[in-house]
Amino acid sequence: MPLELFTVGEPIADTKAPTDVPIGERWSERKFRGRLVNPANRRKLTVIVVGTGLAGGSAAATLGEAGYNVKSFWYQDSPRRAHSVAAQGGINAAKNYRNDGDSVHRLFYDTVKGGDFRSRENNVHRLAEVSVNIIDQCVAQGVPFAREYGGLLDNRSFGGTQVSRTFYARGQTGQQLLYGAYQALERQIAASSVEQHARTEMLDLIVVDGRARGIVARDLVSGEISTHFADAVVIASGGYGNVFYLSTNAKGSNTTAIWRAHKRGAYFANPCYTQIHPTCIPVKGDYQSKLTLMSESLRNDGRVWVPKERGDDRDPRDIPESDRDYYLERLYPSFGNLVPRDIASRQAKNVCDEGRGVGPGGLGVYLDFAEAIERLGRPAVEAKYGNLFDMYAQITGEDPYAVPMRIYPAVHYTMGGLWVDYDLQSTIPGMFVIGEANFSDHGANRLGASALMQGLADGYFVLPSTISSYLADGPFEKVDESHPAAVEALTGVQEQVQKLLSINGNRTPASFHREVGQLMWDLCGMERTDEGLRKAIDRIQEIRQEFWSNLKVTGDWHSFNQTLEHAGRVADFIELAELMCIDALHRRESCGGHFRAESQTPEGEALRDDENFAYVAAWEWTPAGQPPVLHREDLEYEYVHLAQRSYK
Amino acid sequence: MTATHEGAMRSSVGNPAAEKRGMNLTLRIWRQQGPTTKGKMVTYKITDISPDMSFLEMLDVLNEQLIMQGDDPVAFDHDCREGICGMCGVMINGQAHGPQQTTTCQLHMRSFADGDTIDIEPWRATAFPIIKDLAVDRRAFDRIIQAGGYISVPTGTAPEAHATPVPKADSDAAFDAATCIGCGACVAACPNASSMLFTAAKVTHLGLLPQGQPERNDRVVNMVAQQDREGFGGCTNIGECSASCPKGISMETISRLNHDLLGALRAGARPKS
Amino acid sequence: MTVEHAQRRTPKVAKTNSVFKKAVMAISGIIMVLYLIAHVIGNLKAFSGAEAFNSYSGWIRTVGNPALPGQTTLWVIRIVLLVAVVAHFWAAVSLWRQAKRARPQGYVTKKATAQSYASRTMRWGGVIIGAFIIYHILDLTTGTVNAEGFDSTPYERLVASFQNPFVTIFYAISVILLGMHLRHGIWSATQTLGQSNRRREKTVSLFAVAFATVLTLGFLLVPFSVLFNIID
Ligand SMILES: Cc1cc2nc3c(=O)[nH]c(=O)nc-3n(C[C@H](O)[C@H](O)[C@H](O)COP(=O)(O)OP(=O)(O)OC[C@H]3O[C@@H](n4cnc5c(N)ncnc54)[C@H](O)[C@@H]3O)c2cc1C
Ligand code: HEM
Ligand code: HEM
Ligand code: SF4
Ligand code: F3S
Ligand code: FES
Repeated sequence: MPLELFTVGEPIADTKAPTDVPIGERWSERKFRGRLVNPANRRKLTVIVVGTGLAGGSAAATLGEAGYNVKSFWYQDSPRRAHSVAAQGGINAAKNYRNDGDSVHRLFYDTVKGGDFRSRENNVHRLAEVSVNIIDQCVAQGVPFAREYGGLLDNRSFGGTQVSRTFYARGQTGQQLLYGAYQALERQIAASSVEQHARTEMLDLIVVDGRARGIVARDLVSGEISTHFADAVVIASGGYGNVFYLSTNAKGSNTTAIWRAHKRGAYFANPCYTQIHPTCIPVKGDYQSKLTLMSESLRNDGRVWVPKERGDDRDPRDIPESDRDYYLERLYPSFGNLVPRDIASRQAKNVCDEGRGVGPGGLGVYLDFAEAIERLGRPAVEAKYGNLFDMYAQITGEDPYAVPMRIYPAVHYTMGGLWVDYDLQSTIPGMFVIGEANFSDHGANRLGASALMQGLADGYFVLPSTISSYLADGPFEKVDESHPAAVEALTGVQEQVQKLLSINGNRTPASFHREVGQLMWDLCGMERTDEGLRKAIDRIQEIRQEFWSNLKVTGDWHSFNQTLEHAGRVADFIELAELMCIDALHRRESCGGHFRAESQTPEGEALRDDENFAYVAAWEWTPAGQPPVLHREDLEYEYVHLAQRSYK
Repeated sequence: MTATHEGAMRSSVGNPAAEKRGMNLTLRIWRQQGPTTKGKMVTYKITDISPDMSFLEMLDVLNEQLIMQGDDPVAFDHDCREGICGMCGVMINGQAHGPQQTTTCQLHMRSFADGDTIDIEPWRATAFPIIKDLAVDRRAFDRIIQAGGYISVPTGTAPEAHATPVPKADSDAAFDAATCIGCGACVAACPNASSMLFTAAKVTHLGLLPQGQPERNDRVVNMVAQQDREGFGGCTNIGECSASCPKGISMETISRLNHDLLGALRAGARPKS
Repeated sequence: MTVEHAQRRTPKVAKTNSVFKKAVMAISGIIMVLYLIAHVIGNLKAFSGAEAFNSYSGWIRTVGNPALPGQTTLWVIRIVLLVAVVAHFWAAVSLWRQAKRARPQGYVTKKATAQSYASRTMRWGGVIIGAFIIYHILDLTTGTVNAEGFDSTPYERLVASFQNPFVTIFYAISVILLGMHLRHGIWSATQTLGQSNRRREKTVSLFAVAFATVLTLGFLLVPFSVLFNIID
């Protein structure tokens, strides 16, 4: 390992989970041991929540209900637009309504195994426990989950599980869950317990005497940059998949909030763990700005195939069965088309690398519903997937009822994020991180329908309980904008913004974003190699240099300036990209979404190295030119035994 | 771009294949610096647009060129670019979200022909003040939700999910209404600039479910009062809204709102001031 | 904070709930429709000759006598109608103004997608109908603007008016506008009163068209019969 790329620091450990009791009792025990804040005192405590997705929205609403003063920030015009709104497939819960053998323990087990043994058992078990309360809460809020004729909730099986535990609202589950949280949040805004800051972007964290005490934010409409203070800061800013430029994330999804907190001392865990979703609409041209996911549920009835022969460019309907390779069914007879995402994605890449891909540039595989339409009839297929088929037709201009869809993997979710302990507190006291922005729960690979579960678990149930232990020490000494730490943070942000505007070079922020994204996709995407990652790191450093000397941003910062917003985000993506590559380079094993070509079984499956890598890599930022410091959190498996994943 | 700027456009000269494929378009776009400044339509020419581009990708291309010329790019709202967040939305040739019943981000350039002139304007309504160019402030919708578009159920107080079965038909109809993405096209298209379809969608969603019953009367009375207060127009059943709604929210929801409102007024419900 | 600004912005508050105004319109509209049904039947008595027509006019003035003094019934009808027209007019104007305030600056380009011709002409059509009603009362009830003057019989006034083709054409235009007003208005009223739904929509629309057509034809019959000397 090249020492110049990083150094190794002290190990790190979670100290909050009460490991002296059995795993099933730890969460209640933690709540019991935690300290409480008396309702009369809550009014005196202020909490900043950045983000209004499932995690941030539910947290802000719940904290507001509890009586804290909440300040809520988001960059879109309305909280209802957080990218959670785009989640299609569903949300898991261990309700066992289907009587098919599901249980909290099974959900826990599946999630630890699905995460390829790189997540923390305690957190995952709590997630499984809380999952059942989430469904109750959402139903009471009026979330219109799919129901059976008897009036009870329907479930489906989703993404690599053998029980039906996924609750869904057609193909718009995220939207409906988010609206539930959003409405709860608006209710609190009306009740004045939550103060709203729409179209306001967090640009720095204010740390006073080692505690997170506020943020610096820019009002995107007026351009005003100002400081906001609180007794605790909660970050729920979502995932950073947009580091790849093309992803299924919203255009505004960014790493800025967590990256700048990282630069203030919060460790960044497992940055290289990225989930590449197998069923997206393939790229069309270089103008493409965004990739669209087709729900994974399509794999329940669609069959994935490519021609057996490379270069077979016949109309798919003219290719006889004998000339088709249903490669997932061939390679994984027991899971077939339902293998987990990382496997489905990598196999799609493999067949395309073999030259058997279909569509423009050979980057696509067929997802064929001909058999399902024959078996179920077109109306049934329409009822199940109609909106997805319409979306596909709208985007591609092709009719998926007649011709097989073409799909290709795309960046979808980031398992990495800021390191948090069992209380969801980062390495900066007083700063909590929830939802996709933290690293917890999913290990090296996230199972379908479990991000929504985690976001809501964190926001509705976990954070509101654990944060009180911290706040019980408050209210902390008053800080205002004259505090040196606040002044320093504020001027730092102002200077950066000024700098972005003054370079006046020859390239737009989008062109840098596209370049770094393509590089990441090629060298830190579905398959990573030592050589490729080193090349990427070198190149990223060059891009960074060029960015700061050749960027062009028009306008000023005292007004609505979307180019400036983008420039700031790209600056952070470039820095993050480098850390992702360093993380990927140092992890010389394959696990979950991280496939290192050097570490595979003879059959080409991912080969984990538990001996050397059964740990969380938590990275510490070091200023100017210093290599980042690696802190390892060793992972122990008491309840689920380490085993090689197999979906054969 | 004015004629003098055309030379700087990404040109397809020397690339006959692209020239054959790409479209040349004239865009007339509403440019307005800020909420209080005067705006006007400005004409730009753009070349070599692929029919597979989305409408917003076409605007991206224009903006990249404007930035490189040192001009101010056109501000427009967008986020998910997959038709679900409701952030995008402009008037295209006089129709909200353009010629198809979809969101602006899901509109593709194949809906236009080579040589077309396309007029692009922001949503126009007093309740949606213009922020800049094509971006407007739709927070008024949130305040309508604040007035009652929720079910009051503090976290942790919910009964077991199966305690209350909901007939599938009601649940499905509630879902149809709940798919409203809050884009504002209904307001933009309505000759009265009325937010009725948006409000009705939420009233219908919650009013159809057993969980929504306790607050049903207060909800409708307060939400309607709020939309009047925000400065939206009243609904006179014209139907442009539903025809422009990317989620196809039906006029039936408005009838349901009216029904609930008159019932609530008869039952003595009055808006909170 | 801009957010706060936005929230504190105080647009001119519509004093009365917009849906309530619409309900006022629907109910007053329905009252007027009921009157028009009776009115068109009354008009058709012109075909039975002057006698029948005038006696109908007399009957309406004396019905209920002697239990009710003088022209009670007529005045009750008149007052109810007046209130209905005024309320209808007030609600229409108030919603119209609210709409104007809601979008002071229009679009450079605007295309209608769903609006029918009938729904688009509700406002100006309504105003013309209003003007017509005033003229019509001055013409046939008071005789103020009638060639026969006010001490003639209703039948004389009727014949005198419609022998003038310009008057007949003005009536015809107004009545056709009224038909369109009702074609949209009837559907609209069911919607306003919360009685329409997807199942009923077709039926209501069909009924509205049929009703508006029959009423319009019924009203047109008398003037044109006079013009073409079928009635004289
Ligand atoms: C297309 C798609 C489909 C998916 N489908 C599923 C599914 O079926 N099941 C499932 O379980 N998971 C799914 N996921 C994953 C899941 O949706 C996300 O992981 C989850 O919703 C993230 O929620 P969040 O609250 O953490 O963040 P988000 O919902 O992304 O919210 C982020 C919030 O932070 C705010 N924000 C961000 N940066 C800043 C800043 N700098 N300053 C201020 N505010 C900021 C934003 O305004 C926003 O409010 C899907 C994801 C995608 C992209
Ligand atoms: C005084 C002149 C009149 C004016 C200015 C007027 C105006 C209007 C307007 C603006 C509407 C609402 C348009 C809409 O719903 O789309 C309307 C509705 C209606 N009008 Fe009139 N109108 C007038 C006279 C009449 C008359 C004489 C009748 C009946 C005979 C009538 C019956 C109706 C009905 C039934 C409605 C539907 C109510 C509703 O939408 O809920 N109107 N009118
Ligand atoms: C075109 C055919 C019509 C004819 C031939 C006609 C005929 C008459 C006559 C003869 C009278 C006077 C009756 C009397 O004084 O006893 C009258 C009154 C009246 N008509 Fe008509 N009318 C027609 C259409 C309409 C229409 C379309 C309207 C309404 C929109 C209308 C509204 C009235 C009203 C309000 C009165 C006054 C009733 C009163 O207060 O006495 N009429 N009409
Ligand atoms: S009702 Fe339709 S048009 Fe109106 S905001 Fe909702 S989705 Fe948009
Ligand atoms: S177009 Fe406008 S008038 Fe009503 S029916 Fe729709 S809100
Ligand atoms: S950008 Fe989200 S709906 Fe268009």
